Amino acid sequence: MKTITELREEYIAGTTTPTQVVAEALELIKSKNKEINAFLDIYEESLEQAKEATKLYAEKGSDTPELLGIPVALKNNILLKGQKATGASKILENYTAVYDATVVRKLKEAGAIFVGSTNMDEFAMGGSTENSAFGPTLNPLDTERVPGGSSGGSAAAVAMEAVPVAIGTDTGGSVRQPASFCGVVGFKPTYGAVSRYGLMAMGSSLDQAGPLTKTVGDAELVHNIMSGVDEMDATTINEDTYEQVSVKDKLVFGVPRKFMAEGVDPDVLEAFEKHVELLKTEGHEVVDIDLPLFEQGLAAYYVVMPAEVSSNLARYDGIRYGLSVEGDNLLDVYEKSRAEGFGDEVKRRILLGTHVLSSGYYDAYYTKAQLARVKMREELDSVFSKVDIILTPTAPTPAFKLGEKKEPLSMYKQDIFTVPVNLTGVPAISFPMGTVERDEKSLPVGVQYIGPHGGDARLFAIAKKVYDERL
Amino acid sequence: MKKAEIEHLATLSRIKLSESEVEKFESELSSIMTYVSQVSEIVAKDTDSEPVVGKVHNVFRKDKISNAANEFSDDILREMPETDGRYLQVKKILQTEE
Repeated sequence: MKTITELREEYIAGTTTPTQVVAEALELIKSKNKEINAFLDIYEESLEQAKEATKLYAEKGSDTPELLGIPVALKNNILLKGQKATGASKILENYTAVYDATVVRKLKEAGAIFVGSTNMDEFAMGGSTENSAFGPTLNPLDTERVPGGSSGGSAAAVAMEAVPVAIGTDTGGSVRQPASFCGVVGFKPTYGAVSRYGLMAMGSSLDQAGPLTKTVGDAELVHNIMSGVDEMDATTINEDTYEQVSVKDKLVFGVPRKFMAEGVDPDVLEAFEKHVELLKTEGHEVVDIDLPLFEQGLAAYYVVMPAEVSSNLARYDGIRYGLSVEGDNLLDVYEKSRAEGFGDEVKRRILLGTHVLSSGYYDAYYTKAQLARVKMREELDSVFSKVDIILTPTAPTPAFKLGEKKEPLSMYKQDIFTVPVNLTGVPAISFPMGTVERDEKSLPVGVQYIGPHGGDARLFAIAKKVYDERL
Repeated sequence: MKKAEIEHLATLSRIKLSESEVEKFESELSSIMTYVSQVSEIVAKDTDSEPVVGKVHNVFRKDKISNAANEFSDDILREMPETDGRYLQVKKILQTEE
């Protein structure tokens, strides 16, 4: 599958058509999905939409919307009217979306064609897509391994060459970590840059939707279409919310060495060091920085996120929609529906969240964790007065094998470098920095660039230079 | 965490747990809670900051009707587990004493 930019050029030149490209995408999904399980639903009607797009190109050429005829895959926790939105949960197995998410509306207006919904960890809780109620997604680069998660289906959809772009959501690394595992680009915007209206809420103060693509340029294009103030999401930001962030040619990169000293695979570190060298030869400055609070970010995350999860998932009660299990009385219906509808990880986080919010523990955990976020933001502000971008590996390891991480905590530690980004609300991008060898196979690993609040454009500008121009 | 605590949380969370689930979550949640306790170290010395994250300000929009009457009603009704005509049907909430 070509990139969006390439497809657009060829559509306008008439050397290929949306009909051909969408037909090929559907064909490929059907042949590969039995094994990979990246898609939960395939939208056959997309072929009709492609024919319409083909006609429009013939009539109007370049005077057409930017994404006209581009096949897109959508994580199944984002609402697309008339299509199933399951969140990969049994409790929403038969739920059909009654309206479009804002990001979906914007992509439709830009002419995008949705070809299918992608698999994920149930309600976006997990780092491997093994928590899906509909079976795990396999990594297209090595099917013994996971694609990462929770947007594993979206990353796999791009990596298996089915689509040039898939949309994911990122609460603690759920776009960036699978991007790293599948060798693609993944972007998490500044909190509030993209509307959350029509996204299944997990951690409302953390969630953002972002694109997974083959190039940084494509990610930028799609992000710019999806972002913007939305009156349906009061947390969306405008261009005045944060101070202007400059885009420069030569940048200062900060590396939190101490933060990376433990728990990172040696060959991942090696690939990272090579990337640091590359930046230096390009004329950028790379300095050591200290981020002591970030090191404890994961602990704060596992207070704040479950707290928000326990509140947000209270809506799934077997009464108004979704799975409803018959019971003796109302309470019994709630308890049985939720027992049968939710998987283990979801139950675990609801219980945890209920615990940290309950009387006697609220101040000890939840208030402390929120305070920690305030302190982490202060720490970041002071670091960003000295450096332009913070540099880390995206994940401490390459893709691991299915079933390898059985202990919840060992899975949670996958997100050590990504969760502080969500806790503080800054933007970050992951793109491939190299490969490491496992069982005689080459596996991609990603590097993460973290920018200051509102610094999304700075990340795209530098990542395009460092990554796209070398492809 | 103790077994009784997990059972209490399950009731608060409205999730029926089996015996084996209670046991499993008892050990898992205990180790997770031990890990997250670090959070108190981050802010142990701080007493005057407000636990308010980010910029907080009021956001208003016009209170206007944005859709046609009944535009979504049928779709929403179709998702309901139990209906009576155009009403959602639920179990009796107030129990009469026997």
